[in-house]
Amino acid sequence: MAAQIPGAAHPGEYAPADIAYGARLYDAQCTTCHGANGDGVGGVDLRSGKFRTAVTDQDLVRVITNGIQGTGMLAFKLDTAEMTGVVAYLRNMNTFDRGSMTPGDAARGRITFEGKGGCLRCHRVGAQGALVAPDLSDIGAIRSPASLQRSLTDPTSQMMPINRPVRAVTRDGTVINGRRLNEDTYTVQLLDDQERLVALTKADLREYTILTTSPMPAQKNMPPGELADLLAYLLSLKGR
Amino acid sequence: MTRRTVAGAWLVLLLAVLVSLRLHAQVGYDRLLDAAKEPRNWLLYSGGYFSNRYSQLTQITPANTKNLELSWMYQAAVAGAWQTTPLVVDGIMYLTQRPNDVVALDAKTGRVFWIYRHPPAVDQIVCCGANNRGLAILGDTLYMGTLDAHLVAIHAKSGRPLWKTKVAEAKAGYSLTLAPLAVKDKIIVGVGGGEYGIRGFVAAYDARSGNEVWRFYTIPAPGEPGGDSWKACPATSTAFCDPDAWKHGGGSVWVTGSYDPNLNLTYWGVGNAGPDWNNEQRPGDNLYTDSVVALDADTGRLKWHYQFTPNDRYDYDSVQVPVLADIVWRGAPLKAMIWANRNGNFYVLERETGRFLVGKPFVKVNWMDTFDERGRPHQTSQPPGMPTWPGNQGGTNWYSPSYSPHTGLFYIPAWEGYATIFGGTAVQYQEGRNFGGGVNRPFVPVPGAPAVPGTRRGPINNWTEAAASGAVLALDAASGELKWKFAMTDVTDSGILTTASDLLFTGGREGYFQALDARTGTLLWKTNLGAQIVSGPITYEAAGKQYVATIAGLSLCVFSLRD
Repeated sequence: MAAQIPGAAHPGEYAPADIAYGARLYDAQCTTCHGANGDGVGGVDLRSGKFRTAVTDQDLVRVITNGIQGTGMLAFKLDTAEMTGVVAYLRNMNTFDRGSMTPGDAARGRITFEGKGGCLRCHRVGAQGALVAPDLSDIGAIRSPASLQRSLTDPTSQMMPINRPVRAVTRDGTVINGRRLNEDTYTVQLLDDQERLVALTKADLREYTILTTSPMPAQKNMPPGELADLLAYLLSLKGR
Repeated sequence: MTRRTVAGAWLVLLLAVLVSLRLHAQVGYDRLLDAAKEPRNWLLYSGGYFSNRYSQLTQITPANTKNLELSWMYQAAVAGAWQTTPLVVDGIMYLTQRPNDVVALDAKTGRVFWIYRHPPAVDQIVCCGANNRGLAILGDTLYMGTLDAHLVAIHAKSGRPLWKTKVAEAKAGYSLTLAPLAVKDKIIVGVGGGEYGIRGFVAAYDARSGNEVWRFYTIPAPGEPGGDSWKACPATSTAFCDPDAWKHGGGSVWVTGSYDPNLNLTYWGVGNAGPDWNNEQRPGDNLYTDSVVALDADTGRLKWHYQFTPNDRYDYDSVQVPVLADIVWRGAPLKAMIWANRNGNFYVLERETGRFLVGKPFVKVNWMDTFDERGRPHQTSQPPGMPTWPGNQGGTNWYSPSYSPHTGLFYIPAWEGYATIFGGTAVQYQEGRNFGGGVNRPFVPVPGAPAVPGTRRGPINNWTEAAASGAVLALDAASGELKWKFAMTDVTDSGILTTASDLLFTGGREGYFQALDARTGTLLWKTNLGAQIVSGPITYEAAGKQYVATIAGLSLCVFSLRD
């Protein structure tokens, strides 16, 4: 009985935004030893795509997380988004075009987020905003840059199944709309559109629907620069 | 008092003495043979040699399940999936708990008589936690396999060890997690360790001395029958190929087998090939991995085998409980073996010869499409990066199914809508090191979405029905045709129990324990026990009262009808 190996290699499917984010992190943390071209350590050429102690992406994660004892390779504490980015960059160093880097300016992104973007009408960051949509306080640590970028332009494609909106109609005709928090065979727990925690027993419902379309408006007409700024802001949200 | 009444009184006294002797008698082989005739007890892991997990008890019925209430609980101290099935013998319950304890308690109250603790060894290696699935009893002796690959005999009254036999080398990744099977004067076990490159086997030990009587290797050596299913490496292969693949070919046996006394055959499901996911480095069918083997119970000699998944690259262990059933097949009586495999297919085999009769998917299957007349699957390996159904944990797994001779239905715990994107990498064997050779990814609907956890969960289901859901499927035992389905939101690792009053008991990861109508699948009763159920329920009777026992989380929960 072998358990599933989580987060394993995914050859050839690295998202541009992940690679771009990883490049930034690489520049900040790795170039001191490995150099801008990945050949700063004798006998190691990161751009070759071949690593002495790592075959799979999981191996890379392990080496980066634990370091290599007896060498200059230190252990790095990266969150999921950062690790996804760095691994994606390492896998694509040879072909990555630095001109395509996506994240913009986080401070400008915050202004858009809190201002004309209207994001706080549904989302929450820290103590600000509403609870109707998922809390974004640590979204930059738990979602990859590529996923965040796509969630701006195509929210449905990135909606986590647990966050799917649900619609329930009780026997007496009361309609309850909300965001799903948990569900089992007999019950569902949700946060309704009045921001109340509600638990429903399915047997008491006349109708129960799990919607697969995100209620978030897609930012199709936002200028690319503003999107890049928003992405940078979201990536800066690492929780506390 | 007349002579006749005196004689009558003597007879009554004699009967009383006999009954009381019977109550305190040893569990001889004759009692194991006829376990179905004393449904007040639960004498074997699956309830009887045919492994139906079916009981003749009828005090609890579909009409009175609403009166079920908790009679007592027993709490263990060591967290982790508690997979054991208790035995019940004349009012005493015997069960194992993590890591390798045996507990004897009063089946009416849950109060403990004694606890035997097998000390954990420093060199034991197990893939998936300190699992133990239970005991065998023969005479006055209990038998437990241990994580450090020993077989221990324990006196059922004193809780003292009688002997310990080393079955295999723990530091090489061998372990014993199954409940042993007592047949005649032998105790039969198999070894776990399929993720560590073991060479699996089934072995029988003399119940009194602990001496090994026979051993059947699930991986034949070169020159032995089946040895040529571990093919020589091609001279020009660019991929890594292991010329000694058979030496660490896996074939673990970690779930209890079955026994047909008339045929004197004992049946065992065999686990995955090693390495689990890289089949390229072990060309050939890799017998007897992912197979059922029928062994002569006296000698361990192989009578027949059937391989469910040749040259497996999906970790489709065939360690399901072999369910034996005498059914009608195409109008004629058939000594059948019915089997819902981790690979997603339901099978009917003729159990005297192993002849393949039926193969039919019970969940979505795309690793194969058709069977030839001998039951060999035509494999349809998916392109790299594409999902394979069922996923790594299977359409079902080791979870006990149930067969009810009363309904003629075969009940299985199933995972639906569950897929994995498989990939293999070369891996060199090193003793005691993981030998999986895989780069698998769960198939999830949104990048980064949570996947179904392999073996455990917290209280929030954040992978949801989008990653997989659970079900109890009721199949016609002769055809595999679906008769009804009880859908669950989350997947289930719970076994299933049925009774002669057409009740079905089962649990699931959500922590509900529920009673269904075995004929229709209608929910009759449920209770929330608050933690996952990862073992098979049992039923027994003590002092005239029927009990149903299940384990949720750290709690053994025992139910009976309100007085």
